[in-house]
Amino acid sequence: MKRIALTVNGKRVQAEVEPRTHLADFLRESQGLTGTNLGCEHGVCGACTLEIDGAPSRSCIAFAAACDGAAVRTIEGFDDDPVMEQLRAAFTAEHALQCGYCTPGMLITARDIVLRLPDADEARVRKELSGNLCRCTGYMGIVRAIQLVLTARR
Amino acid sequence: MKASAFDYARPRDLRDALKILSENKNAKAAAGTQSLGPMLNLRVVQPSVLVDLRFIEELAGCSENKDSVTLGACVTHAQIEDGKVPDPTRGFMREVASNIAYRAVRNRGTVGGSLAHADPAADWPSALTLLGAVAIVAGPHGRREAPVEKFVTGLFQTDLTDKELLVAIRIPKRPAGARFGYWKFCRKAGEFAQAIGAALRDPERKEWRAVIGATGSSPFLFSQTESLLKNPDDNACLAAVDAARFTKDAYNRQLHAVALRRAIERLAA
Repeated sequence: MKRIALTVNGKRVQAEVEPRTHLADFLRESQGLTGTNLGCEHGVCGACTLEIDGAPSRSCIAFAAACDGAAVRTIEGFDDDPVMEQLRAAFTAEHALQCGYCTPGMLITARDIVLRLPDADEARVRKELSGNLCRCTGYMGIVRAIQLVLTARR
Repeated sequence: MKASAFDYARPRDLRDALKILSENKNAKAAAGTQSLGPMLNLRVVQPSVLVDLRFIEELAGCSENKDSVTLGACVTHAQIEDGKVPDPTRGFMREVASNIAYRAVRNRGTVGGSLAHADPAADWPSALTLLGAVAIVAGPHGRREAPVEKFVTGLFQTDLTDKELLVAIRIPKRPAGARFGYWKFCRKAGEFAQAIGAALRDPERKEWRAVIGATGSSPFLFSQTESLLKNPDDNACLAAVDAARFTKDAYNRQLHAVALRRAIERLAA
C-alpha cells in the first residue's frame, strides 16, 4: 500500500492505495465520487475523463499513486462553474444525452474545448470530441450544444 | 480490466531511478502511462515495480542551442502542441503532436514514453526518425547517444537495456528553407495509424528524407531520396513500400504508398 495525499474537488484527501488502483476506481470506491464513469478501462472511450492539475485526463489509465500531490477535479467539482452551467443548459436544450453514461466525460471535454479553443468550428469540435464515445446520440446534439456555448461566449 | 499487483516508485533524480531499475527484476519505467496504462490494465504487462519518471527535473525540462533543441523525455505531447517548448521544425512537430490520440491523452503522454514504447503505429518513432533526432540514454555506466533510426529496433523494441533509461531527445534545427510533410491513415480520428508517410526536404543541408511508418516494425527510413521526393508517382511510392519489405498485402501496399505520396505532396504546400 502507498500513502497518498491529494486534492479532490478542492478538499485535501489522504488515503492508502494499492499502486495498481487506477484513479477512477479510487474516486468511485473509496471517495464515493461515482460521477466519474468507467467504460473501456483502457483509455479509448473517454467516459472517465476528469481534470488532473487542470488538464483533462483519463482516470482509468492514471494510477492513484501517480496522483500523489495532484489536484483532481471530477464532474462533481463543477457544480458552481459558470462554463459548466452553460454547458449543462445547452446539453438539455439540444438533447445532447440519452442514457447519460458518457455525459460526465463529454462535459469535461466540452469545457476544455470551450475554454481552450474559443474559435473552434464544427469540424474542430468533432475532432476534439473524437476521444469521447457516445453510443446513443450520434453526436449531433452534443456538437450542437458545444457550438451553442461557443457562440454564446463570443 | 484491473492491473496485476505492482509496486510504485517515484525517484527524484536519475541516479535513484537507475538504481531502482538495476535492483528490481522486471521493473518498468513509466511516464504518462497513456500506452502502458492500457497494457497494465489488460495485464499484457505485469511489472514488479512501476518507476514513475515524471518527477525527475532533468527529464521534464528542455534546452536549446543554435543547432538543436533537446526535449526531456517527460515533455508531454500537449506541451509540444501548445508551443510551450521550442519547436526546431517551426511548426511541424506541433502539428504532429496535435494529431496524437486525444487531448486528454496528450496532456499526460510524453514524447520519450512514446519513443521508448516503440509502438510502430505511434507518431513519434516515425516523425523523429524523419527529423534525424538522437536518443540520449543514461545507464549504470554513463550516457550514450543513438540516432532514433537505430534506437527503435522493431515492434515495441528499442536498443535500451533493462538497466537504461531514455532521458532526452535531441532534434536538429532546420533552416527556413526546409519543408516537411506528414500523412497518416487512421480508421477514426485519434486512433493508432494504419499507415504513416513522412517526408523532409532540406536543400541547404542537402538532405532528402522519407519515412514509411506503421509498418508493424521499426519505421523505414530513406535517407537520401531526392528522386522520390521530386517525383512521387504511384509506381515510385509502391516501389518504396516494396523496398521496405514489410508487406505483400495489396491493401497495405496501396495504403502505405498513398500515405507516402500525400506526405511528399505536402512538401510543396
